[in-house]
Amino acid sequence: MLFATEVDAPGVAALERVVLDAERAGYAFVTFPDTPRRPGIEAGVRAAYLARRTTRIGLAPTLHATTTEPFHLATQLASLDHASLGRAGWVVGATTAAEDLATVGRTGAGDGEVADVVEVARRLWDSWEDDAIIRDVATGRFLDPRKVHHVDFEGSGFSVVGPLITPRPPQGQVVVIGSDELTAVLDVALDVALVRATDVAEIATRVAAARAAGAALVFADVPASFDPSLVEGLVDGVHFHGGPPPVITASPHGATLRETLGLPRPLNRFAVTS
Amino acid sequence: MTQLHLGVFFTGVGPNLLWTEPDFADHTHIGTFVDVVRTLERGLFDAFFLGEGLRVRENRGTVYDLDVAGRPDAITQLAALAAETTHIGLVATQNTTYNYPADLARRLASLDAVSGGRAGWNIVTTDNAWTGENFRHGGWLPHERRYERAGEFVATAKALWRNERVIRDTDVVTLRATGGVEPSAQGRPVLFQAGDSDGGRELAARHADVVFSANTDYDKAVAYAADLRARLARYGRSEDSLRILPGASVVLGDTPQEARDRARWITREQTTGPRAIAFLEQYWGKDLSGYDPDGPLPDIDPADGELDPSRGTIPIELRTGKLERVAAWRTLATERGLSIRDLVIEVTPKHNTFVGTPGEIADEWTRYVRDRAVDGFNLLPQLLPGTVEDIVDRLVPQLQERGVYRTAYEGTTLRSHLDLPAG
Repeated sequence: MLFATEVDAPGVAALERVVLDAERAGYAFVTFPDTPRRPGIEAGVRAAYLARRTTRIGLAPTLHATTTEPFHLATQLASLDHASLGRAGWVVGATTAAEDLATVGRTGAGDGEVADVVEVARRLWDSWEDDAIIRDVATGRFLDPRKVHHVDFEGSGFSVVGPLITPRPPQGQVVVIGSDELTAVLDVALDVALVRATDVAEIATRVAAARAAGAALVFADVPASFDPSLVEGLVDGVHFHGGPPPVITASPHGATLRETLGLPRPLNRFAVTS
Repeated sequence: MTQLHLGVFFTGVGPNLLWTEPDFADHTHIGTFVDVVRTLERGLFDAFFLGEGLRVRENRGTVYDLDVAGRPDAITQLAALAAETTHIGLVATQNTTYNYPADLARRLASLDAVSGGRAGWNIVTTDNAWTGENFRHGGWLPHERRYERAGEFVATAKALWRNERVIRDTDVVTLRATGGVEPSAQGRPVLFQAGDSDGGRELAARHADVVFSANTDYDKAVAYAADLRARLARYGRSEDSLRILPGASVVLGDTPQEARDRARWITREQTTGPRAIAFLEQYWGKDLSGYDPDGPLPDIDPADGELDPSRGTIPIELRTGKLERVAAWRTLATERGLSIRDLVIEVTPKHNTFVGTPGEIADEWTRYVRDRAVDGFNLLPQLLPGTVEDIVDRLVPQLQERGVYRTAYEGTTLRSHLDLPAG
């Protein structure tokens, strides 16, 4: 079984101690809660700072699809993956609270917007092929322009031409994490679906639905006091929230978050297979 | 004694970086950034700057392949570098057109928090609709209103940094937000401003702590400093509340001749034959790949229409009059017998480059800073990490000998390094 935990503490020094403890304990990844109106340091900045204070644990900040420019969001997460050498995750935030939207001058968000933002981020992460930088001194070409792609995304509410300004993340694709309700209701493509419930029968039903909707891994999202043996065999992992992370029996970390989770490094959608 | 302040401007794109050199580091790898910033900290630099460009440069519709490209999100990268350093300032270039004020203010304050008061924001504007195609509201802001938006944006950020409630609904900024990041050891991020137009200078005089100007020529620098100081007075600010750090490059040699030879070599390397052809294609709007860069200018005429904006920012004064400019180039090339490559070297805007032995450049900079023509320089490297190591190991000791450069950091914040009043 895989383990993950939400981490929170006042100030970055205290947070660093919590995350280092979680890394030593063998947690696969930590999540950083956030909203646009939350006091304190923004989640992406917390994760980026801790990328250089940790070496093995995955780091997954919450960024809200509805209150961020999709292009900036994709760039920030790709950069976190580069800075952490392949340990970035993204907890997909989808706030539609009026006061959250008002921080960016919006009064509403379209139904398909979250799925669109995830889709455009995934395309942008693929917009540079792995071998796009060629540094060919003989011809003076730094890039192979056939391997850096426009994504030409047209959503219902916005469009993005691309490519990303940042080369492909080390993991190929940042690990996309989110509530199972995002897959079930909004048709968002997730790598890790989080089922927030404590009733085992309810968890079982929603796990099946999340798998059917295409989530690669499904975690129970439970309070820190929850006994993980209750969902052994039912879920791929457990994500704790609310309270200090409990003691766990964990498996060793891989070199990247994808390796730790047993997820393959995805092929690039733009690469031509010969 | 008056002190010189130094920064390094890491552009991450463009022809200034000589990637063809065998020891040129992988400029997209975090390890390269960590090495460079630690070297600068060893050299007691005030700040490390990251540039911004939100669309990969193109030439005639395809990705431009001759220059280095690929760069990180600035605030994310600087937050990572904050964990690797203890003193150096970390400055993110961020534009006011394609960002949300509350979101950007919060991320900058967050960088300031994790770095213990070392964050800076280099404020830029853009009205480039081509860049805007990557954003929700591409091209929405007319050129003449970009400083109006920037002024309201910066005022909003400052209010949020004081943890105030901001409710604003104008036709350039709309939001309802409250600041919520505890002020750092330096109060708020240090504000840099690079615009050289009248609007840019006014924004600097009103809001900036540091101007990152283009005026390094001694006489121009003196005139520019006088102009800015006069503007400061109009906003009730003291002369010491604004630092002037023009962008510049350095080419060092053991002898004056060696430095000059090296500078000439760098200029030739930065304008390779293929780059010279691509430069002309931006103006001609046609495929010129069949022309010899060491031969005469193309005999065909440029296409009508606007200058292609996709090679990066083009100053407003260069956006019109394309055909007249090309005609002037033809005259120049004919009169002086210049090849395509020679002409492009001749007409490319020169980076302000100081060429000489470490002692010569230290003498020159000592004069600049003692006369208060500038407060320091923001340096653009050509080689990574070579330029940075050279400046730290060879030029910095000469400046220290002359008493114009610190021998240890006295404070821990960017504001204290720059000797600026509380923000």
